Amino acid sequence: MSELNLTPNIDGADDFYAELLAAHEPLSKEDSDALNARLILVLANHIGDRGVLSAAIEAAKPKA
Amino acid sequence: MNKIFEVPLYRYERSADQDASVPVRHPVVVIGAGPIGLAAAIDLAQSDIPVVILDDNDKVSFGSRAICFAKRPLEILDRLGCGHEMVEKGVEWDVGKVFFDDREVYRFDLLPEDGHEFPAFINLQQYYFEEYLVNRVRELQGQGAPIEIRGKNRVEAIGSHDDHVRLEIETPEGPYTMEADWLIACDGAGSPTRRMLGLDFVGRVFEDNFLIADVIMEANFPSERWFWFDPPFNKGQSALLHKQPDDVWRIDFQLGWDIDKDEELKPENIDRRLKAMLGEDVQYELEWSSIYTFQCRRMEKFRHGRVLFAGDAAHQVSPFGARGANSGLQDTDNLIWKLKLVMEGKAPEALLETYDSERIHGADENILNSTRSTDFITPKSEMSRILRDAVLDLSEHYDFARPLVNSGRLSVPCTYDGSPLNSADALEGGPSRTRPGSPCPDVPLGDDYLLPQLANRFTLLTIDADAPDEFEEDGIKVERLALSVTDDKTLALKQRYLGTADSAVYLIRPDQHVAARRDIWNETLFRAALRRATAKE
Repeated sequence: MSELNLTPNIDGADDFYAELLAAHEPLSKEDSDALNARLILVLANHIGDRGVLSAAIEAAKPKA
Repeated sequence: MNKIFEVPLYRYERSADQDASVPVRHPVVVIGAGPIGLAAAIDLAQSDIPVVILDDNDKVSFGSRAICFAKRPLEILDRLGCGHEMVEKGVEWDVGKVFFDDREVYRFDLLPEDGHEFPAFINLQQYYFEEYLVNRVRELQGQGAPIEIRGKNRVEAIGSHDDHVRLEIETPEGPYTMEADWLIACDGAGSPTRRMLGLDFVGRVFEDNFLIADVIMEANFPSERWFWFDPPFNKGQSALLHKQPDDVWRIDFQLGWDIDKDEELKPENIDRRLKAMLGEDVQYELEWSSIYTFQCRRMEKFRHGRVLFAGDAAHQVSPFGARGANSGLQDTDNLIWKLKLVMEGKAPEALLETYDSERIHGADENILNSTRSTDFITPKSEMSRILRDAVLDLSEHYDFARPLVNSGRLSVPCTYDGSPLNSADALEGGPSRTRPGSPCPDVPLGDDYLLPQLANRFTLLTIDADAPDEFEEDGIKVERLALSVTDDKTLALKQRYLGTADSAVYLIRPDQHVAARRDIWNETLFRAALRRATAKE
């Protein structure tokens, strides 16, 4: 099992972020939320590793 | 004591042109004695090309305005003879801190690379910047250089012709007419020249207002750039704190779109904001305040026949990333050597078309970066804000999110990839950062540095390679600078110019950008590269 990578790993981070915003731009809030949900599931499937997915859920939980 | 921006530095004086019976023709006229116009004129005068600068005012700019100057513009100013004054007066900084809500989420260090003569950034009020440029103009005049600043000369009308322009000028003593072979318009974002010629300026308006308060205070904050997203003292907005010389601090408050500007600018309201940010007992003197809105836009073309636009007149960006004055100086750096060769008849006018293509490439890069920063600082939808706040939350705990935080991508010089002036890269194993089109990175050479030796002419830089000491092609002379990797014990020369190659020959333009490179000298190919770099093939 591999570990969750929490170091910078995206080439062209600004390009990625701009593309993500552009995907949301034409959508209503409701459709945006749905896009995010689908995106999470697509990415989760790509990762596949159950341990990594659990660690990712932990990392994203609100901090006390 | 009067501030420098309250003192006339180039008072109106009657010119002989005003009494001439027929309009006097000048080789080059520059409109605007701001940072870009002054730099353009100094560059020309250093090459003994006569130049007249017209300005409708007689003082340096009011208030500190542009305050952040990057390494590449400082290198350009060094070529113009006043880089060191700027650095001596300026405040150097490397560290930035990012705050979100009531907590510091992370700090960053620009970690400037060693072996450069100039720092990564300095902060310096625009009025000092302009004052040092005016001092340099005076110094050149003392040496007999043909450069003149005419204060209180306002251009009222421009007639554009095939081989010259005609200018109708208003002065305190009435109007006069003069002509110029070439006109360089550096008259700012609201460019009257652009308006008089009926030219477009298209782009995106951002619905936001920012309050600048430059205050003089003795504070113990370090020389760092502090940026707040959604702080308790400016809920839902952002703020910035940055140090300038003379204990002047730049404080920027984002205000939002629907505000009453006159109300916000009242001293008691600025005082309320400053106390909320810095504490009730803060002691300060307000030096300058202003509310600005901004746009990201550019002209479709920067060259219109005999009229050339540079700086904010040609392109406007948001202030995030310090890409305004910094990119304007790169405009004139790119333009002046080309104009000089065209004026001397050593290059075709096609060379000036590459001012357009290269600097539009630069402007688009700056507009893209500053637009993205603005979208991060001012999210324009609920989801955009949710994502932005998620990035900031994660950045407090995880390294991976920090590259996504965007409070301004700080100005770096433009590489002219794909320029028609470049020859194909022929240095196998050569570093990417010095590929054709790149600005030359500096290198220490004992007590000296590389860049001053590459200025103002075409140079053939050889590193452990043979080549003639000079060659001439079609009226343009190239001088060789012969170096060896052993000239630099720090190995920066090897790392920045050789990579894994054993030797290299570089053809370097007068603006210190790489035109061509290969491992060894080849007369036919370097002559062709020089012709290409001057738009002759």
